[in-house]
Amino acid sequence: MGKILIEIFNLLAVATIISFPFFKTKGRGVIALGIITIQIIISSIVAVSVFVNGPVEYAYPGSWATGVIPVRIDYLSAWFILVISFTFLTGAWYGIQYMKKYIDQTFNLAMHATAFIFVYTALIDICIVQNGFVMLVVWEIMAIGSFIVIIFEHYKTETLKAGINFLIQSHISILFLTIAFMWVKIKTGSFDFEAITAYTSTQPAITGIGLFIVFFFGFAIKAGFVPFHTWLPLAHPVAPAHISGVMSGVIIKIGIYGILRMLMLIKTDMVSIGYFILFISVITGVYGVMLAIVQHNLKKLLAYHSIENIGIIGIGIGVGCLGLGFDNQILVVAGFGGALLHVLNHSLFKSLLFYSAGNVYQAKHTMNIEALGGLLKRMPRSGYLFLIGSLAICGLPPFNGFVSEFFIYTGLFKGLLSNNFLFILVILFAILGLVLIGGLAFICFTKAFGIVFLGTPRESSHDDFIEETPLKMIPLYLVALAIVFIGLFPLFLSPLLLKITNLYQPAISVEVVAQLTKISDNLTVIGWYSLVFILITMFFYYIRHFITLRRESREDATWGCGYVGDTTRMQYTASSFIRTYRKLAEPFLLIRKTKKDASGLYPGIVKQETHPDDKIEKWLINRPLFFTRGLLNRFGFLQNGNLQAYILYGFIFISLAILLPIIIDKIAILVNFLNHL
Amino acid sequence: MVSFLLVILASLFFTGIVIRTKSITSGRKGPGIFQPMKDIFRLWRKGSVYSKTTSFIFKIAPTAYFSSVLMAILMIPHGDYRGIISFDGDFVMFAYILAFGKFLMIIAALDTGSSFEGMGASREALFSMLVEPAFFILMGSFALFTGHTSFQSIFSSLHYGSYIAYMLGGLATFVFVLIAMIENSRMPVDDPKTHLELTMVHEVMILDNSGFDLGTIMYTANLKFAMYGAIISNFFIGALPLEISIPLFLLIQVGFAVTVGVIESFMARFRMGHNPQFIFILTSVSLLIFFGVLLVLGKFK
Repeated sequence: MGKILIEIFNLLAVATIISFPFFKTKGRGVIALGIITIQIIISSIVAVSVFVNGPVEYAYPGSWATGVIPVRIDYLSAWFILVISFTFLTGAWYGIQYMKKYIDQTFNLAMHATAFIFVYTALIDICIVQNGFVMLVVWEIMAIGSFIVIIFEHYKTETLKAGINFLIQSHISILFLTIAFMWVKIKTGSFDFEAITAYTSTQPAITGIGLFIVFFFGFAIKAGFVPFHTWLPLAHPVAPAHISGVMSGVIIKIGIYGILRMLMLIKTDMVSIGYFILFISVITGVYGVMLAIVQHNLKKLLAYHSIENIGIIGIGIGVGCLGLGFDNQILVVAGFGGALLHVLNHSLFKSLLFYSAGNVYQAKHTMNIEALGGLLKRMPRSGYLFLIGSLAICGLPPFNGFVSEFFIYTGLFKGLLSNNFLFILVILFAILGLVLIGGLAFICFTKAFGIVFLGTPRESSHDDFIEETPLKMIPLYLVALAIVFIGLFPLFLSPLLLKITNLYQPAISVEVVAQLTKISDNLTVIGWYSLVFILITMFFYYIRHFITLRRESREDATWGCGYVGDTTRMQYTASSFIRTYRKLAEPFLLIRKTKKDASGLYPGIVKQETHPDDKIEKWLINRPLFFTRGLLNRFGFLQNGNLQAYILYGFIFISLAILLPIIIDKIAILVNFLNHL
Repeated sequence: MVSFLLVILASLFFTGIVIRTKSITSGRKGPGIFQPMKDIFRLWRKGSVYSKTTSFIFKIAPTAYFSSVLMAILMIPHGDYRGIISFDGDFVMFAYILAFGKFLMIIAALDTGSSFEGMGASREALFSMLVEPAFFILMGSFALFTGHTSFQSIFSSLHYGSYIAYMLGGLATFVFVLIAMIENSRMPVDDPKTHLELTMVHEVMILDNSGFDLGTIMYTANLKFAMYGAIISNFFIGALPLEISIPLFLLIQVGFAVTVGVIESFMARFRMGHNPQFIFILTSVSLLIFFGVLLVLGKFK
């Protein structure tokens, strides 16, 4: 049953392309939306049936190049299928409304829709196929599809630049993955994922760690771990809103899936891997949010927050690995469980934030935070939804972000009770990291929401008719509902999480399982208390309402020390809101400032501009690239534009490729001969 | 339940004692200790003026702030007697619930579109972010020290075996007193009695609140003080029986209030730019406590 459904699922994607030539733009939109909805239903059925009936496994014979192609849908795959499907569902339904503004770009839209469906199909296939070769092919489809959906507005230079940056980095990621899969293939002769387990369990621990690190680099580029994050802040702002939402919500999570899958397969010294992941993740989280605060572009700010949340997920994964290494089941559940839950939660609130930011963009045609303001009154629905997303991303109860962060905190505080000194120090470091991430996210979103949606408009600009049509808002409501639901009733998810985390420790005893359910009970409890909190707040608000109803109440201007003129330009700006923070964090940031001071008797216009840059990008990527380019430019004479010369290079290369082994062979014979003398 | 009632009781006279202490140290007669509560009751009966710029957020924020603090108080135990809400890791929820209330207060300040209030909001957001690590490391040290991870189980099993442990208790009290001062925007960081908007933190955020909402905010500040006082008293109550612990609780609250009053009388407010450095001290002291705990437990290897 599962096999047939998956086959139909894949064929549907192909059917889109075949059907497109026979329809006009509108029809294509309907077809694409219909097909992706059916695909989502199919894949969700498969995933749910896996959770109900247990894992599905079947295999295709494949060819001489690939070997047997096993398809295994276990709980981990099913979880990611559900997460990806939900965000793509809302993304597709929101996207079709968002794209109405571009309806005259017929071919561009057709390409976009096709690529969107292929990205979805590829993502689901990556979750289920367990053959390295096939996975690389699907991964490539996903990378190219993502590239196409990102560069929808390719007529803007900025978009194209960011898109190409993404394409290159995706291929570096593929390079790492290819190396890793080839490594296993050469050693074991199989592309099957199970070969990885077989190979690493017979080798010394260091080989497993090496293999994991190669895989990790590959997946980390996709996921956006620092220092592999540089494509994210470029690609997110230029993509259409639904693509940013989907990309930040789930496309980067496929990197997390890869890491989690490899951790399940590779058998090695988990303690070192845990320390490694924890260290990188804390840096990722703190660095991501530190840069997010100083951004002026709303979508770029959100993009840096994706990096931060990848850091939080990574902390969870690191704790889980340490749990595996130290044989501490509670850490395994809290770590991996928290990470998996945060994958879901982040996909929800981040897509919600990007969708509402998209609404803002379509109304104001700018993402510059300093130019916005007072939007809550003009677009209340998007505004309040953005607020829900902000509260959730800061990890505040009663929303879902708190549940997963609490899960990870539980793991960390349980980890403190260990006896290993180094371990305690690392956990302390992680707690500090997580607390700082939470606090900084708090500053960032008070700024983002407060400046964009509250106060009065900071720049008078012509705005479009703001449309918050029901069709456009329903996907957002759906996401918001899911956010609140998970925040209040995590009890529905904890059994699923336990099923997944138990995959990591197959030989688990019954009494330990009982202990683990206690953790998930704890999760249920915080859901109920969040509900209590909401009720208390509502109760007191009702009392307040009841009392103030009978009191005198009037409206007047905001207090301005007696000044009654126009105060719009005097409002606090985003830059001034974070100025003290910026001063504190200056050593870690790279902020270009241009300043024009007032001077003379009649000073002209005074202005100051700040452009936040990425220090890690500058030192780790741009500098080496600069030097490499300098070096390679010396060989520029080779690129002389002569066709004959290029053919000669080809000829030289081919001859070398053929001759070199022969020559080496001859030398070996010679050496052998000389040795025998 | 015990602790909840006690905290409510303490909140009624806490600020009064602070003000009374300040008046005595400065040689004035001063108001009675229930005067702040009377002021609050008067505010609750007043009508209000709302800024035209504000939205619903401005109206709900004081209530949400109040209920967040109330919710946090529900989690505080009284020595061996658990709070109304108690579970493993409740102090994480404690911190995050408080943050929720603060988030709404900050965006409510931005809601008015005033530059003063934005200034206060910015400072409040930064300072409360900087305080957070100190609280978590301190709770982490206690978790490490006692081997438990909930307020009630930590405090009820808190035994100071050696002199070093007593020193740790003292340091923890020091940190908590200062956390309470910062979270309530009191003296070394912020001067509640200042008359210049530019130098305020918390007071400037609530410039536009009036009537019932202002009363709620003022009462919440009292509650918050009593709440931190309750946590500090828990460092010393341990598993004592009620007839000793309740007087001890009240004594500690009064002592805490007098301390606050004395600090406010004899200390000048820091320059705004020096505040972050000062708050970092708390984190480093709590790190000191953490390593002290490791030392006491002999886990230093």
